[in-house]
Amino acid sequence: MTATTTETETTAASAPTQLTMAGALNAALRDAMAADDRVVVYGEDVGPLGGVFRVTDGLQAQFGDDRIWDSPLAESGIVGTAIGMAMYGMRPVVEMQFDAFSYPAFEQMVSHVAKMRNRTKGRMTLPMVVRIPCAGAIGGVEHHSDSSEAYWTSTPGLTVVMPSNPADAYSMLREAIESEDPVVFMEPKSRYWSKAPIALPVKTQPMDRAVLVREGTDVTLLAYGPTVRTALEAADAAEAESLSVEVVDLRSLSPFDDETVGASVRKTSRAAVIHEAAQFGGYGAEVAARVTERNFHYLAAPVLRITGFDIPYPSPKLEEHYLPTPDRVLAALDTWEWDD
Amino acid sequence: MSLNVEHHSVRTLPSEKPIRLLDNAGHAVTGQATGGFALPDCDTLLDLYRKMVIARRFDVQVTALTKQGRLATYPSAYGQEACEIGVIAALEARDWFFPTYRDSIALLTRGIDPGHILQSFRGDWHNGYDQHAHRCASQATPLATQALHAVGLAHAARLRKDPIVALTFLGDGATSEGDAHEAFNFAAVWQTPTVFLVQNNQFAISVPLWRQTRAVTLADKAVGYGMPGYHVDGNDIAAMYAVARAAVDRARSGGGPTLIEGLTYRIESHTNSDDPTRYRSARDVEHWKRRDPIERLEKYLVSEGALTEAIRSEITDAAEAVAAHTRDVMTAEADLDPLELFDHVYSRPRPALMEQRARLEAELAEGKHEAEPAGAAR
Repeated sequence: MTATTTETETTAASAPTQLTMAGALNAALRDAMAADDRVVVYGEDVGPLGGVFRVTDGLQAQFGDDRIWDSPLAESGIVGTAIGMAMYGMRPVVEMQFDAFSYPAFEQMVSHVAKMRNRTKGRMTLPMVVRIPCAGAIGGVEHHSDSSEAYWTSTPGLTVVMPSNPADAYSMLREAIESEDPVVFMEPKSRYWSKAPIALPVKTQPMDRAVLVREGTDVTLLAYGPTVRTALEAADAAEAESLSVEVVDLRSLSPFDDETVGASVRKTSRAAVIHEAAQFGGYGAEVAARVTERNFHYLAAPVLRITGFDIPYPSPKLEEHYLPTPDRVLAALDTWEWDD
Repeated sequence: MSLNVEHHSVRTLPSEKPIRLLDNAGHAVTGQATGGFALPDCDTLLDLYRKMVIARRFDVQVTALTKQGRLATYPSAYGQEACEIGVIAALEARDWFFPTYRDSIALLTRGIDPGHILQSFRGDWHNGYDQHAHRCASQATPLATQALHAVGLAHAARLRKDPIVALTFLGDGATSEGDAHEAFNFAAVWQTPTVFLVQNNQFAISVPLWRQTRAVTLADKAVGYGMPGYHVDGNDIAAMYAVARAAVDRARSGGGPTLIEGLTYRIESHTNSDDPTRYRSARDVEHWKRRDPIERLEKYLVSEGALTEAIRSEITDAAEAVAAHTRDVMTAEADLDPLELFDHVYSRPRPALMEQRARLEAELAEGKHEAEPAGAAR
């Protein structure tokens, strides 16, 4: 067993190629498994099928059944056994297949994954990653489009991240696997097929930092995962109306990058947070509260939340009415009083 | 000692009558009732006797300290010593143990200092001993969750080709939990070196076993998972040890998991805040007190001439020394640093958490917390 990773970064970066987010995640798993034989991957259908989203495509053929295998169909069992494997020094990366199918693992996540390090005063760390394909807009039937992030972010002890693009997907998954602490790695399903030119192995900003993805002067849109695209489209449309919109990709939901967000909000003095999840008690409530608490005297208007409605996620033919759209973002910004 | 797969196929139901090597009068059992297991030799049994006596003395001492307010709570294992000690004694130092809150005496037998075991029950911190040093996970409070950790650790060891075994304890009530099912199934499918001990003490706090299951024995459940199951007299440490030893050996040699049910009884209340008179009769308790696991082995050892007065006196002294040490460490006030609350949540400090830490530090500096009552938590 190699105790340390021999980074594939030592090899020369390849020429940029078009890569989907699913492909970038696949490459990240492949490179992590090649670099460190403590990394094992298991879950439902991750073996010969390559995962229902093909994120683990080809990995079993390359690494064999002792490194990546199909587990029994039981999410608490998957996360619970991953805890035991991490206790023994492995670095398990397990897949939950869909947000709503992670709920059987809730107790293991909240009672043990999140608490083990604190309970043992740091003597027992759990270097494990729980991959959760998340959110909607894929025409999925019930239980295939939930946004579960607030369940995890309200649990001290968990690190929760969500990439919005292929480069971050690769870089952040590599970093999550190398982390000494457990990471809930949320993958926006609707972005799995989005493409970008990437030269692997790509290293983007550290996964605990938010990133300014579009500069503007009038408004800060705070988005993560699937809504980063929504925010960028809204920003483009706003430009036609002479409104300069800045977009921050939060990337890390827990911890929250107060510094990057605060710098942007103090510059623009207006902020709105966008997510697919329902509004009440959702992650946006925390964002709005802490942005207000820390930047109140710089704000010209209340922080807005542009979110899904407070209803269970709709059926495929109705989801377009539920999801926050660029139009809905612009309409929300219009509700502010603008002095000029 | 090894389990003969011929005589116990994974599709054979466990015997309805518990496997027994010593009867309640301390006589060696012969024939079918032994399940084919041999009575351990007198040296082994004397060592187990010693461990049980020390464990009981410790347990009684901790219950007394709890009544004096020195601990926030203590789930006693009085009466379950044969289950606890017989099975933990079958484990080697290189093996791992995944206990529940009721298994403090097994941790004591594993060599952990009473002060470290009881830190959580005193209310100092949620766990007080070094998991890696003793190869003991922290005591699980949520039911059956630790069984999955044991399976995962065993699987990791198997993948690394390390010949170690992971043992976990569960209660009868915990077998109703989904995690128990998932742990049994994952262990069997992956053929992990895991041994499950279900201590059937017949009550889950107040709820009797018949409200948990329609299975004739809890060991029956093993058959459905494709692993051997043994229904054992949990107050006969000779049988518990023999069956556990065989299961540990089998797991270590690649034979996969085993489910052992020890049929026993919790003499004490669930914890000090429980009122057992509401759900069980004094007659039942008396019935089980007459089936005391220590007295049973004592009768046998005396009849064999293995337990002399000199040895008995030496064991009593050792038990008293453990009790005295337990009193000492539990009477001393713990030196707690409230700021440590922030230190272990994450490997890398989070700025927002450090802000909260600084606020608490300022409150402490201003003396705002000095009016808090000192002493044991309630």
